[in-house]
Amino acid sequence: MSVVPVLAIERLVIDLPAGAERRHAVDDVSLSLHSGEILCLVGESGSGKSMTAHAVTGLLPDGVKAGAGRILLEGRDILGLGGHEMQAIRGGRIGMVFQEPMTALNPVMRVGDQIAEMLRFHGVADPTRRRVVELLAAVGLPEPETLARLYPFRLSGGQRQRVMIAMALALDPAVLIADEPTTALDVTTQAQILDLLGQIQSRRGMGILFITHDFGVVAEIAHRVAVMQAGRIVESGTATDVLTRPAHAYTRQLIAAVPRLQPARPRAPSSRPVLLEARGIEKTFSAPTGLFRPRRIVKAVDNAGFVLRRGETLAVVGESGSGKSTLARLVMRLMTADAGEIKLSGVEGNLLALPRRRLRRARRRLQMVFQDPYASLNPRRKVGDIIAQGPLYHGITPREARRRVDELLELVRLDASAADRYPHEFSGGQRQRIAIARALALEPELLVADEPVSALDVSIQAQVLALLDDIQRRLELTMIFITHDLRVAAHVADKVAVMRRGVIVETGPAAEVLERPRHEYTRLLLSSIPGRAWIACEAGAQDARGETMQ
Amino acid sequence: MGRLSRALIWIGKSLAVLVAIVVLNFCLIRLAPGDPATVLAGEAGASDPHVLAEIRQQYGLDRPLPEQLAIYLRAVVSLDLGFSYRNQRPVADMILERLPATLLLTGSAFLFALAIGIALGSAAARRVGRWVDSAISVAGLVFYAMPIFWIGLLFVLLFSVALGWLPPFGMRSMIPPEGAAARSLDVAAHLVLPALTLGLFYVAVYARLTRSSMLEVQHYDYIRTARAKGLPEGRIVRAHILRNALLPVITIAGIQAGQLVGGAIVVETVFAWPGIGRLAFDGLLQRDYNLLLGIFVICSVMVIFFNMLTDIALSIADPRIGAS
Amino acid sequence: MREFWQRFSRNRGALAGLVVLAAIAFAALAASWLFPGDPWQMKAKPMLAPDASFPMGTDMLGRDVAAGVFHGARVTLTIGLASTIWATVIGVLLGAVSGYAGGRVDEAIMRFTEFVQTIPSFILAILLVAILQPGISSTILAIAVVTWPPVARLARSEFLALRQREFVAAALTIGLPAWRVILIEILPNAASSIIVMASLMVATAILTESALSFLGLGDPNLISWGYMIGAARAVIRQAWWLSVFPGAAIFLTVLAINLVGEGLNDALNPHLRRQGRPR
Repeated sequence: MSVVPVLAIERLVIDLPAGAERRHAVDDVSLSLHSGEILCLVGESGSGKSMTAHAVTGLLPDGVKAGAGRILLEGRDILGLGGHEMQAIRGGRIGMVFQEPMTALNPVMRVGDQIAEMLRFHGVADPTRRRVVELLAAVGLPEPETLARLYPFRLSGGQRQRVMIAMALALDPAVLIADEPTTALDVTTQAQILDLLGQIQSRRGMGILFITHDFGVVAEIAHRVAVMQAGRIVESGTATDVLTRPAHAYTRQLIAAVPRLQPARPRAPSSRPVLLEARGIEKTFSAPTGLFRPRRIVKAVDNAGFVLRRGETLAVVGESGSGKSTLARLVMRLMTADAGEIKLSGVEGNLLALPRRRLRRARRRLQMVFQDPYASLNPRRKVGDIIAQGPLYHGITPREARRRVDELLELVRLDASAADRYPHEFSGGQRQRIAIARALALEPELLVADEPVSALDVSIQAQVLALLDDIQRRLELTMIFITHDLRVAAHVADKVAVMRRGVIVETGPAAEVLERPRHEYTRLLLSSIPGRAWIACEAGAQDARGETMQ
Repeated sequence: MGRLSRALIWIGKSLAVLVAIVVLNFCLIRLAPGDPATVLAGEAGASDPHVLAEIRQQYGLDRPLPEQLAIYLRAVVSLDLGFSYRNQRPVADMILERLPATLLLTGSAFLFALAIGIALGSAAARRVGRWVDSAISVAGLVFYAMPIFWIGLLFVLLFSVALGWLPPFGMRSMIPPEGAAARSLDVAAHLVLPALTLGLFYVAVYARLTRSSMLEVQHYDYIRTARAKGLPEGRIVRAHILRNALLPVITIAGIQAGQLVGGAIVVETVFAWPGIGRLAFDGLLQRDYNLLLGIFVICSVMVIFFNMLTDIALSIADPRIGAS
Repeated sequence: MREFWQRFSRNRGALAGLVVLAAIAFAALAASWLFPGDPWQMKAKPMLAPDASFPMGTDMLGRDVAAGVFHGARVTLTIGLASTIWATVIGVLLGAVSGYAGGRVDEAIMRFTEFVQTIPSFILAILLVAILQPGISSTILAIAVVTWPPVARLARSEFLALRQREFVAAALTIGLPAWRVILIEILPNAASSIIVMASLMVATAILTESALSFLGLGDPNLISWGYMIGAARAVIRQAWWLSVFPGAAIFLTVLAINLVGEGLNDALNPHLRRQGRPR
């Protein structure tokens, strides 16, 4: 490690426009990044971590300006450099990779041209096709020759992120800034990209500023860590120190919020009565591809089945496109299944084929909580009306409904005054509480939760999970919990079902699936969890601490 | 999907649209109050019982409706658009004779509108909130609100009557000059005012569309990528922003091609431009329905053709089209 | 409501448009009181240039141009509003069914809509009016028939998008029947953009109406702005005022409506302006 850092941020202050939530997006931040190291900048949304990166590249949004401080790149202050000088630095000395690979590439330009363009405008005399192909090969893309001639829409998310990395590395920059580069990816793809970044870093010896919210990722990749909260750095140090001996309360809180990969619940007794039994559920989507071609057929759910006992939680785990959400919607009858049978105790016949009138009565026993708290509440109705709608429709008096709303708001720990406000006045976590209250308003027996926490910050995630857990115990709810995150599944579930491409590949008690996975895909998912080793020993350490405290 | 199958699909679609339009024509004739024969004869022919009898016989008006439709379809397919009793000529001949003038007018107005509209729209988007943007936006609002025939009349008042710069009507001078080049120039001079009149409304439409589309694209992730790559601003605007922002402009331009052809009727009337539009106005005055119906069919063919051009342009500009 | 007005009045152009529009509406209402009698009647010598007693001059037959402009406002506004209402009703019905039902119904309706959009609309309007005989109701019908497709497309895309929103799914899991979901959950959220589009369509309808009557397809018993310009076309060299005043009236009306429409857009879809698309 060299003595002079390749990138040094000194006492940086970034002002927000007047009228913003706080005065400074970034307040007195100092950081140093050396060649050959990966520095993770960790924080929740709004912590100022991305703003810091934007300041380094001179790409702050309109109306936001650096108010004070210096940014030294290889010893030279680049804060406030003019357009042309900054252009040469961007891409030349600093490479960047962003969060959302699906939209980060120009859709109407060939992948190879997008890389060649960069070489050309940075004065590489003859950006030959060979150079582009080499770069694509270096990030582990298959058939780089062919791939260079493709348009981005032909590539998967992981492949596009590799292209972005190839582009960022094209001119051998001294610093690579990666802004949540794996957040939008599936867990197995995330593992591959993290691996790739680690390899490249050790091969080329550049400095990487890695921005993330996920301590699992930090444990996987970081040499050093800086934790940001509300624009300030609250703790920094080597990865080992911060991860195993966090000094600041906020760091401890963030680390504690990372779900453990250890079943948290004692196994529910299998003597309980069966509430719901699903068998052979099938759903096929077909899309026309053209007049003279067969329709493209995707089996979204393929012969899926499970048994749910009262009071149990079943977690359905899978990556995007695995069919887990489709399965949830089929059970809720928001979609019509092609085949299969669901028996709900107390209902005669197949739930999937129930006629409309009888279905309406059965519906109130099954309710759902959705992923996106911003899309799941009607923006034009008051919270009280949203929650009361179901009970009112099923025939209780307005006064009773009002009382029910108050009770439910208390149950999800919101103030009673929330009833008279509109959804946009609430934060994401609060909205998710409202959505839970709505789902509970009809006193359902089964709650289907479709990724209920994946749109939330980690600390909020932990709160909502705890709330769901508490409510489930109190109301003896049965739950189907859809998630992409095995850690969350481990935390909430009695039973886990792992889905891949429409098929449930493995199902069993949570502890068994997580500790003795039988299917290779489950093993792959498990081994892809970022920071797995750290999580395991962290959990052990916590248990030990817990025991000594007792 | 292969190019051939795309072309086949397109041809099939166009034919279906064309047949539907002919069927619509057939319905329109029957929509008129009174005997369809009098509609087909027009005011000029309806007073003559021989003509009416001939039409009844020719179109099989005494037979059941489906059969009548079949007869009508067969006639149109063989390019027989009927007979103008007023002018004593086949409608198809009259239209084809006037077609080049209309194509010249609409084509140049379309290109003018597209080029100027895109240029102004991107200029405004690059300087959003500044005076250039405001000036372009105000001009756009003004031309968007002026009736097209009124612009034409004001132009005649200003450029022909008051200033005497450009000829006010017609396509050629009374006594055309000698030589091919001089004659082309003569036509060009006559073309300026009508093309400008027809084009200005669409300049406003395309400028507005280009501006809002560019402003939207500017915020997309791949523009941030382009900036992070350290590309010069000019390159970012041209190769990344404008290139993508133009896709919706082309789409809308294709949809509006039909309206452009309609606008030509009004403009040709104002400037006495000897095209299909002028012919339609005459047909209207003479209540020559056969002529009007024929013009309707031919204009629909023109629109289908315009649509094909924009489809081709789009599939070149956007690699995703036809691929997924 | 107050919030709506605040956002609307922040757009100064929209306020100006509203004032102009109010003045034109007043002119339409007060026409028979300010200019009593038949506007087709001869009032003075033909072709008088504007002066104190005839501020907009007189035409070839000695009719008062100002009386024509005021009475014409009625016809124009009536046709603009009525045809837009019809087009909106047709468009929303078709679009809503298409977007909510999806599948084959959607495909059929959208094919039909595309077809109508392919037809050169102005020529079809001319044909309809000519064949049905010129008159105020045939003009309204013709304009409505050719202008509903954009409304249908908008309504469809709104319904399609909203139908997939999770709050609609939530309403369905409660057990609400489809019609209540459409009425309570979807329509209020789709209404604002449809209202904005309808307001802008009034302007286009007025332009189409004036072009039709310019070509001599107006109601022969009712004076209208387009007709006045069309009739004065031949004498434009001698009497500019015959074309300029009615034309200015059309221009101001259409401009005012467009400005008000933009103001409505700012007021009803505030996030559209600030953050691009709504989430």
